[in-house]
Amino acid sequence: MSLLRGLLGMELIGRSVRLFLDFQEKPASLGTFFILIDKEVIYICPFNGPIKGRVYITNYRLYLRSLETDSALILDVPLGVISRIEKMGGATSRGENSYGLDITCKDMRNLRFALKQEGHSRRDMFEILTRYAFPLAHSLPIFAFLNEEKFDVDGWMVYNPVEEYRRQGLPNHHWRITFINKCYELCDTYPALLVVPYRASDDDLRRVATFRSRNRIPVLSWIHPENKTVIMRCSQPLVGMSGKRNKDDEKYLDVIRETNRQVNKLTIYDARPNVNAVANKATGGGYESDDAYHNAELFFLDIHNIHVMRESLKKVKDIVYPNVEESHWLSSLESTHWLEHIKLVLTGAIQVADRVSSGKSSVVVHCSDGWDRTAQLTSLAMLMLDSYYRSIEGFEILVQKEWISFGHKFASRIGHGDKNHADADRSPIFLQFVDCVWQMSKQFPTAFEFNERFLIIILDHLYSCRFGTFLYNCESAREKQKVTERTVSLWSLINSNKDKFKNPFYTKEINRVLYPVASMRHLELWVNYYIRWNPRIKQQQPNPVEQRYMELLALRDEYIKRLEELQLANSPKLSDPSTSPSSPSQMMPHVQTHF
Amino acid sequence: MLGKGVVGGGGGTKAPKPSFVSYVRPEEIHTNEKEVTEKEVTLHLLPGEQLLCEASTVLKCVQEDSCQRGIYGRLVCTDFKIAFLGDDESALDNDETQFKNKVIGENDITLHCVDQIYGVFDEKKKTLFGQLKKYPEKLIIHCKDLRVFHFCLRYTKEEEVKRIVSGIIHHTQAPKLLKRLFLFSYATAAQNHTATDPKNHAVMFDTLQDWCWELERTKGNMKYKAVSVNEGYKVCERLPAYFVVPTPLPEEDVPRFHGHGIPIWCWSCHSGCAFKMSALPKEQDDGVLQIQKNFLDGIYKTIHRPPYEIVKTEDLSSNFLSLQEIQTAYSKFKQLFLIDNSTEFWDTDIKWFFPAESSSWLDIIRRCLKKAIEIIECLEAQNMNVLLLEENASDLCCLVSSLVQVMMDPHCRTRFGFQSLVQKEWIVGGHCFLDRCNHLRQSDKEEVPVFLLFLDCVWQLVHQHPPAFEFTETYLTVLSDSLYIPIFSTFFFNSPHQKDTNMHQRQLSLPLTQSKSSPKRGFFREETDHLIKNLLGKRISKLINSSEELQDNFREFYDSWRSKPPNYHGLLLPHIEGPEIKVWAQRYLRWIPEAQILGGGRVATLSKLLETMEEVQRLQEKIEERHHSQEALQAEAASLLRTSARLSSLFPFALLQRHSSKPVLPTSGWKALGDEEDLAKREDEFVDLGDV
Repeated sequence: MSLLRGLLGMELIGRSVRLFLDFQEKPASLGTFFILIDKEVIYICPFNGPIKGRVYITNYRLYLRSLETDSALILDVPLGVISRIEKMGGATSRGENSYGLDITCKDMRNLRFALKQEGHSRRDMFEILTRYAFPLAHSLPIFAFLNEEKFDVDGWMVYNPVEEYRRQGLPNHHWRITFINKCYELCDTYPALLVVPYRASDDDLRRVATFRSRNRIPVLSWIHPENKTVIMRCSQPLVGMSGKRNKDDEKYLDVIRETNRQVNKLTIYDARPNVNAVANKATGGGYESDDAYHNAELFFLDIHNIHVMRESLKKVKDIVYPNVEESHWLSSLESTHWLEHIKLVLTGAIQVADRVSSGKSSVVVHCSDGWDRTAQLTSLAMLMLDSYYRSIEGFEILVQKEWISFGHKFASRIGHGDKNHADADRSPIFLQFVDCVWQMSKQFPTAFEFNERFLIIILDHLYSCRFGTFLYNCESAREKQKVTERTVSLWSLINSNKDKFKNPFYTKEINRVLYPVASMRHLELWVNYYIRWNPRIKQQQPNPVEQRYMELLALRDEYIKRLEELQLANSPKLSDPSTSPSSPSQMMPHVQTHF
Repeated sequence: MLGKGVVGGGGGTKAPKPSFVSYVRPEEIHTNEKEVTEKEVTLHLLPGEQLLCEASTVLKCVQEDSCQRGIYGRLVCTDFKIAFLGDDESALDNDETQFKNKVIGENDITLHCVDQIYGVFDEKKKTLFGQLKKYPEKLIIHCKDLRVFHFCLRYTKEEEVKRIVSGIIHHTQAPKLLKRLFLFSYATAAQNHTATDPKNHAVMFDTLQDWCWELERTKGNMKYKAVSVNEGYKVCERLPAYFVVPTPLPEEDVPRFHGHGIPIWCWSCHSGCAFKMSALPKEQDDGVLQIQKNFLDGIYKTIHRPPYEIVKTEDLSSNFLSLQEIQTAYSKFKQLFLIDNSTEFWDTDIKWFFPAESSSWLDIIRRCLKKAIEIIECLEAQNMNVLLLEENASDLCCLVSSLVQVMMDPHCRTRFGFQSLVQKEWIVGGHCFLDRCNHLRQSDKEEVPVFLLFLDCVWQLVHQHPPAFEFTETYLTVLSDSLYIPIFSTFFFNSPHQKDTNMHQRQLSLPLTQSKSSPKRGFFREETDHLIKNLLGKRISKLINSSEELQDNFREFYDSWRSKPPNYHGLLLPHIEGPEIKVWAQRYLRWIPEAQILGGGRVATLSKLLETMEEVQRLQEKIEERHHSQEALQAEAASLLRTSARLSSLFPFALLQRHSSKPVLPTSGWKALGDEEDLAKREDEFVDLGDV
């Protein structure tokens, strides 16, 4: 119930705060005070044809209720999801429903509304939508800053870097926590707190920073609890055309290698295809050469850049929305290359995880700037290596740490509140990561505490602008805007409704390394996300096997209870030794360990 | 002593481009030399099975963690199977072997299961057939159940190589006589201890009563009658001895064209019924044509008048699939899974979707499912009867009619119901298993995997709606394997007539026939029954009685069904959109070690379900005990899967092929992006290096 309230909860217009409940309940009594637009339109549903409906627009959402008796259709779209609003047809256009608005969304759908052709009937709707979907262009605040929802749990408390590093056993003899970036003066896109080799002084770090793109020096992401090999992340070295070298950088990587005495090589994974890494030299970047870094081995992981990924997702949309390619499904899916990219990202992460898990060597991961592909690789490798990140809170920490705090440019990649839909900075890198997680959870259905809904709600609010979680490009910007004070965290919503996002099949297994099979034979398109708007494809929710399992679990609990009651009733003599060992905990040894 | 052999093909000679690359060099093969002499595995022969030839010091090559391992042993060929006897199971723990196939061991290939045999000559892979002039250094066997075996013959004595290779080729490829089928020698020898299972409830449809019972069950007995006009196959050898026709049909019409042109009842529901009819022979003679026409008119008149009303005729011989299409598609499709080695797996991986689609196998499945929905729409929404027409009414008729029944009749989704359906529509219905599976190797032209197509269609339904079925995909996979195991006579005849005459001549009693209807029973050890039998499914006996409004449009009917939550005890339709038709991974990927998900896959959730199921049962028993006595027995029933928390996704088929937890890493790289090349070259961000 609290979730429902959350979804349809408080919305603020101007300076007034009022709570209103479900639109469905009493739309008439809401009054124009809250609703910026309230008018009759025709929603051109790509699946069921034109549907007459009433549309309400607030500064947070577009809501449409069908006025036709045989259709229960409801649209409820946060304005943050809108990437583009276009006028379709003109006042003189012919044909039915040819005049109206065409809205492109970031979540794989388009919305088309037809309006009456007279009296500029679409003008107010167009203007209001433009204003509130793209608040940045109108000097308006993003909705998250106006949202006054309250939750039982404070999601901003989920991630505390010191605690997370302590969980990993840090600092230790070889690794220290440095506050050199406390005011973001070493690197403005890194978090304030960094873990670096004990033997590298702050001055060393400053010198290394000059040789790394955007000063993103190699810092620790994760340390193996037993063999103590580490995953480091950074940006590309500034080698350039002339093949510049930097003794400090070379020494620094050697210091990282030496934190493990038993191995004599350091492995560097450059996420890019070899040719791109070479091409980057022209703009001053590059990669670690053999000559300069004697004790390091470099591998390229062939993952393409943000532009390739953006175009690939566009093609996915073309084949799934509104109509799904039927008889040529596989070849059209192949032509999008989306799953091939997923395969390469997963393959890269498996390599990183295997290197560390086998204790072969410590690993340094970078791409160009170390905030897109690098974040994908380190976080996926950590997910494979560390079962903690497969719990709900662990995953939140993983996202908070590897993505949010280390400066994945959410604002640029998603374009929150920004009207420039064609911005070349936009790219579905985070979506691709979540897709990889989904693929893993599909291959290991008992290994993750969270379910598919959890991943989908994260993606929904990646765009919605209702929470502050994904706003801005880096920690320093977030701090400046006081995001944690002025907005609500997405984890507040999720953690106060945890049951909804739990996978009943979850079996906690500490120290189990998960290696998914990165083969096209196993990868599939995430239908429940990419094709969820199509009523013909929509999968049964909840999954019938899951539902049956839940029923069984409930039955089990009921029997345990009944057995307890019977025991109490049947054994008034407490001295009888034969009855006492049958307490449920002893009777069900493996139940206790599994759940 | 053996490891230092010289690899052929070296030196400066200009060898032709190798079409087969052996990725294992003798020096790379890790063998334990002790195994060669000490571990002799005895050949287990079935009753009536005879050893034909054998060869020793054969090296079976196994892929393991991206390197190859060789196991020495004997390769034997009997009149039932090819078997490799070596110490292969050394590393297996008990959990895995618990689920062993009782008839076919890991290294057994029944002769009927052999699909293609290849020989490797100087690194070149060639198909082997007929008389060989030269004998290969390596034998590769592709099986119909999609296993691939590599036997290295380099260290085998020359005469033994000759004997085993020509023996295998002869016994698997030379045309055979029906009476030479192993099942006859097995039946004769095993007669005494063939156990009939009294719990077997599958209906065999070989008596008049069986048909009457089925009529009653489907409430078809008002309009239809079971006839015994073909008793002893007097009228037609293609038809069963007993079958059902519309009540008003005069019995003397049946023999007119030897049973052709007679509408034979398949199944009834409240709103309609399905018939199948074999077409009349094509005649050139105008006079005969006229007689045929008049005859058919008479038949149609009979079934067109009340209470039959409208009949829709579906001609499956034209406008639908051709058998040739099915065969071509499957031959291409199966090739995707017959993988020789790891390198081949990864090389073909990135481009996998395209050949998978261009085989059209998945599209054919979709078309079959769609046809079944169309027919259901006629039956259910338009209250029409449907007459399926096909030349012999024994291929696509069987397929479509049984799919319709699986979707409409929940009884067919129980284990016995499904077996009865297979018996009714396929076995008694006269599907030519002998020819379609090419069991006798007499003509490749007749080989068409129609029954496998049916199983794949049913798999799609099971996959999409698991709780609607009493059985799981494992049941279907095992069923598909039993097509090639000549112990069960079920799938080894062209018609009930052929079976009856052959079985009669050899004085065989029914027990064998009995066991075949339920090839699953006892196929795995009893415990596995749990896995095969879908515990999610409930016994369903309710008949469909939903009343659908008359709609004249397939889409409308389909969408309206889809918009409601599925009733697992009622009408069940498949999703047929592109992404919903999937590859039957369990059957097709089960032998490929690279495709194995260690500790994952569907079996992970299934074993959790079973665990809880057992626990609930145990609790239930405990509660009952409590009611009876104070003393609670602390007997811990051994949990089926408890100790094996990390089953592989290939379970229970391939035994653990990868022992370590090392990941499998794709070895092939990225392919060109084509028109996106310019994008790929772009910078993620413009790098401003002014301040560096």
